[in-house]
Amino acid sequence: MDYFAQQLINGLVLGSIYGLIAIGYTMVYGIVGMINFAHGDIFMIGGFIALISFLVLVSLGLTAIPLILLIVLLVSMAITALYGWTIERIAYRPLRHSFRLAPMLSAIGMSFVLTNFSQVSQGARVKPVPPIITGGYTLHEGAQGFAVQLSNIQIMVVLATIVVLALFTWLVSRTRLGRDMRACEQDQTMAALLGVDVDRTISMTFVIGAALAAVAGMMYLLYYGLVDFFMGFVAGIKAFTAAVLGGIGSLPGAMLGGLAIGLIETFWSAYFSVEYKDVAAFSILIVVLIFMPTGLLGRPEVEKV
Amino acid sequence: MKSLKLIGLALGASFALSASAFAQDITIAVAGPMTGSESAFGRQMKNGAEQAVADINAAGGVLGKKLALEADDDACDPKQARSIAEKIGSSKIPFVAGHFCSSSSIPASEAYADANVLQITPASTNPLFTERKLWNVARVCGRDDQQGLVAADYIMKSFKGKNVAILNDKTTYGKGLADETKKALNKAGFQEKMFESYNKGDKDFNSIVSRLKRDNIDLVYVGGYHQEAGLILRQMRDQGLQTVLMAGDAMNDKEFASITGPAAEGTLFTFGPDPRNKPTAKAIVEKFKAKNIDPEGYTLYTYAAMQVWTQAVAKAGTTDAKKVMETIKAGDWDTVLGKMGFDAKGDIKAIDYVVYKWDAKGNYTEINPKGS
Repeated sequence: MDYFAQQLINGLVLGSIYGLIAIGYTMVYGIVGMINFAHGDIFMIGGFIALISFLVLVSLGLTAIPLILLIVLLVSMAITALYGWTIERIAYRPLRHSFRLAPMLSAIGMSFVLTNFSQVSQGARVKPVPPIITGGYTLHEGAQGFAVQLSNIQIMVVLATIVVLALFTWLVSRTRLGRDMRACEQDQTMAALLGVDVDRTISMTFVIGAALAAVAGMMYLLYYGLVDFFMGFVAGIKAFTAAVLGGIGSLPGAMLGGLAIGLIETFWSAYFSVEYKDVAAFSILIVVLIFMPTGLLGRPEVEKV
Repeated sequence: MKSLKLIGLALGASFALSASAFAQDITIAVAGPMTGSESAFGRQMKNGAEQAVADINAAGGVLGKKLALEADDDACDPKQARSIAEKIGSSKIPFVAGHFCSSSSIPASEAYADANVLQITPASTNPLFTERKLWNVARVCGRDDQQGLVAADYIMKSFKGKNVAILNDKTTYGKGLADETKKALNKAGFQEKMFESYNKGDKDFNSIVSRLKRDNIDLVYVGGYHQEAGLILRQMRDQGLQTVLMAGDAMNDKEFASITGPAAEGTLFTFGPDPRNKPTAKAIVEKFKAKNIDPEGYTLYTYAAMQVWTQAVAKAGTTDAKKVMETIKAGDWDTVLGKMGFDAKGDIKAIDYVVYKWDAKGNYTEINPKGS
């Protein structure tokens, strides 16, 4: 039982990170109808910016960890959001009314650009940081000396995910911007006719998606303690899978999909073999898609006439 | 007008330089992971090779010619290693010091054999490298069957009756080393409690760490590279697990400690007796120190590979790979690592491994020095 609880914690934390990235995929798909393949790399950029701003702050002589973390979070969200905005502006917007595959190809190209950009500008080496947030709690001491451990950084990852998700749900359902986004999702032409600035709304979608990816990047940096220029690829694929599993276009679906993938991977490694954890995750994805083609929470797409 | 002339002059000079390079120099190569997660070792190899070439040229070169060095990046990827090998082969380079990862060295060696290139690896320890009866391969480091023996010996002595888990990363090197260690342990009548593999490149090992915790593992032996080993260690400590981690020679870079932080303390690994402490290495170590480079890990091994080749070329009077290899296997060579002789397969005759331990300050030292 204790063992199960420990693995549950491991899976939830991993799933939270996947979910945070998956939201970015699902949001862009919901509104523009394209898969933003560069999103995994935006996440990587977010991790790097968090690392750089962290090092700058430390070298400036700041020692208060909570203050540093807050500044790092804000800085990396802001700069990564700028990346998201720029990419949409130069790579996607000019192609928006082109044929359907054009922005997707442009996104794949953008993904290469970002990977190579950070490889050249930051070097190809793995960039480690020493553990910043240490310590944790022993939740339960088992009979055979097995202690269920919950570390502070795990608490922080899950908390950050919950806060971000809550903020974001509020933004979509309660604000003017959210209403514009939902309008664009349903019908861009009609939304434009009714006075919604479609271009601006789509830009904001990318900005918010990138900011969320930056949060994920920073959590990743703190949790695993390193970033490298190719980490966006695998994380991006996993998060994309999570978005599809949850039902692409659905916000709670992305989070649910992320948690599902994280939990499947963890429990498969826990009770079967570690070697086949990716096989397990993707097999379950296929099974789910056979029986629920639109994913766990996806709505069947209505053909627009 | 003046600037045009200058450009002309510079162009002329550079042409002259490259022309002379073409006519005079012997180009040799160092190949290894200059990028990617193993790039710390690629850097060690490049540092060693550059210093060796500089020193050899300062002493007058070989066969009356100077050496020029080319560094190639395989990113520890077998496909890329193979294509680099073909490139090196087609540009008539007679000698390559490389590669680092066994999974790169082995496929590359076949391309080198076809193109008449002599290959000495400073670092690939998988037994298979020299076991395939290829004429063109040699290594200046040890083999994993010997390394596994030393690791098993240490485990038998210090962890007898305790729970041991063996993990590997499914690479040629990692799996090979884990298998050899397991074989040696089982032969000595010791049964490991868990034998698992993970994917190289994974970042999340929490699940496997919880398994170690459930099975009360006292020592986890990792056949793999330093990045994954570092992450496993870090996640063990995060889960409150004080299990000792032991691994092979791919841990001998300070980068390991920068991944783990102070958690590195107590981690064990096997490697040759510290080359930096050998009397033959003293002067060269000073040269590195003056450049602010710590010649750790495989730096001096790469240096030695360069020395062996250069001395054999001088003795054979040719750079023809077949003749040079015959010469190498027939003689004894003075290297920075001491006297070195090779057997018919291309392995060095005297091999010994020792166990190292990391301390809290991010340094590692031998724990049972036997001398060289």
